[in-house]
Amino acid sequence: MKRKHDSAAVNSDMIRKPIQRWAPFFLWPMVAAFLIGFVWPFFHGLFLSFCKFQTTSNWEWVGINNYAKALQDQSFVYSFGFTAIFAVVSLVLINVFAFAVAYALTQKIKGANLFRTVFFMPNLIGGIVLGYIWSMIFDGFLAYYEKSILTDTGWGFWGLIILTCWQQIGYMMIIYIAGLQAVPEDMLEAAKIDGASGWQTLFKVTIPNVMPSITICTFLSLTNGFKLFDQNLALTGGLPYTINPDGTAVHTTEMLALNIYNTFYGQSSTSRGVAQAKAVLFFILVATLAIAQLTATRKKEVQQ
Amino acid sequence: MKDSFKKQKLGKTITTVFFVLLSIFYVFPVLMVLVNSFKVNTFVKTDTFGIPSGESFAEFDNFIKGMTFGGYPFASSVVYSIIITIFGTFLILLFTSMAAWYISRVDSTLCRVVYYACVFSMVVPFQMVMFTLSKTADTLKLNTPWTIPVIYLGFGAGLAVFMFVGFVKSIPLEIEEAAAIDGCSPIRTYFSVVLPMMKPTLVSVAILEIMWIWNDYLLPYLVLDRTEYRTIPIHIQYLKGSYGTVDLGATMALILLSIIPVIIFYLTCQKHIIKGVAAGAVKG
Repeated sequence: MKRKHDSAAVNSDMIRKPIQRWAPFFLWPMVAAFLIGFVWPFFHGLFLSFCKFQTTSNWEWVGINNYAKALQDQSFVYSFGFTAIFAVVSLVLINVFAFAVAYALTQKIKGANLFRTVFFMPNLIGGIVLGYIWSMIFDGFLAYYEKSILTDTGWGFWGLIILTCWQQIGYMMIIYIAGLQAVPEDMLEAAKIDGASGWQTLFKVTIPNVMPSITICTFLSLTNGFKLFDQNLALTGGLPYTINPDGTAVHTTEMLALNIYNTFYGQSSTSRGVAQAKAVLFFILVATLAIAQLTATRKKEVQQ
Repeated sequence: MKDSFKKQKLGKTITTVFFVLLSIFYVFPVLMVLVNSFKVNTFVKTDTFGIPSGESFAEFDNFIKGMTFGGYPFASSVVYSIIITIFGTFLILLFTSMAAWYISRVDSTLCRVVYYACVFSMVVPFQMVMFTLSKTADTLKLNTPWTIPVIYLGFGAGLAVFMFVGFVKSIPLEIEEAAAIDGCSPIRTYFSVVLPMMKPTLVSVAILEIMWIWNDYLLPYLVLDRTEYRTIPIHIQYLKGSYGTVDLGATMALILLSIIPVIIFYLTCQKHIIKGVAAGAVKG
């Protein structure tokens, strides 16, 4: 958007002025929908996180009370820990597998296109449906031991990991393939002539060249892990749960997004202010991760 | 020399075998949906991986039952899902591409504010706005399949504007200047000069939006009037998530019916889909 300083800018007034008169036609419809669908709900939500409320019209200012309550809520703290572990484990597994698969598929093996098609397929199916498909399969296996995925935290955790990997490896693979195809052929050739082994070429030539893809994929899988909702709801629904001495329940496979949802729409509608405060904290977390990604990507670009 | 050649060939065979096994693991869940959609309900849990035969074979009963399952016609869900996806994608493509062109050509302070607000909206998780958004939608009567696309335009504008602005900036100004000299009005310039040039980005954005809206669960669940309107994901969640006895056979039949069109769509537009995903991911 730095056109103003280009030489083309002298002439572009010829374009700018007439377009500007058509703002109601070009710009305003999108801006109006954006105000309704994002800007207003965002600030309204921010405001309500400092209020006690059940409906949006009936609120009472309570300051940072909701935030204090949110941070004292054991189920929230637990779901944060659970989500963080989940996000890191899925990040590592997804990226290692996706990179390996992409690397192998770019080595001119037979049927590479067919494999690529198959591995990407789960991305087309929605999270709710995926969750139910896998819950049938896990329960089918566990039926032999007369167990269910809903009765064991460990099963639930690894079930979610398998489901997430199954879904996202194909997605990340596509990004890695694009990155790998952009590695300059002559660099690989030079490494070969210099007598570098396959592993040496991989670590000294290929991986440094696909660093941008690696940054994108790691952060994408990390934020996806933190934001996971549909799959969580459909596969385990947060179950099983334990009861604390103070009578509150902690659902042991409940992730952050589901915890916020349940606080909003659970049995009691008295904790909506706390739920909104949790949502703001969740937003700050996700936004921080995204900004960290942006800076990391920028840095890599400078180095190249 | 010959030895290393043999070794390489062996390595490739092993990789291929590994990929065949991995592919089977990938197709297996979908295959199980197919198998179980023809199975009598009680056998789905006890004999999930068996082929339906004899008393466990349900013929088309699950599909017939599934059509009116849960007291709600499945056909309505399909129609609502289609309406929302097509209309929502169309609104997003039309209005965000127009706005993106305006933003990058006019480049005023207001344009920059709108642009950065759009970029900002990409990092905001849905949970942050879900409660207030559903209330706003209720108040403005945006809670029907015909009006909810406005919400999709608003909440989904960020990525689309970002991708379109990125593309418009790469279009040389000279073409539009030539059009202006020839006496083209901005509307004509946009629709007969700029829009056709944007085709690759239009396709990429369309793919991303279709995949998002078709599969989206929470937004329509909170916004739509659920007693009347259920999209496919909402309907399936109702069947599985409701208390009481769950008919797994019928649920699997509906899941099968809902993924068949997706797989056909995928196989016919595969090239565009993969390109669209790669383009959308690079946005970071």
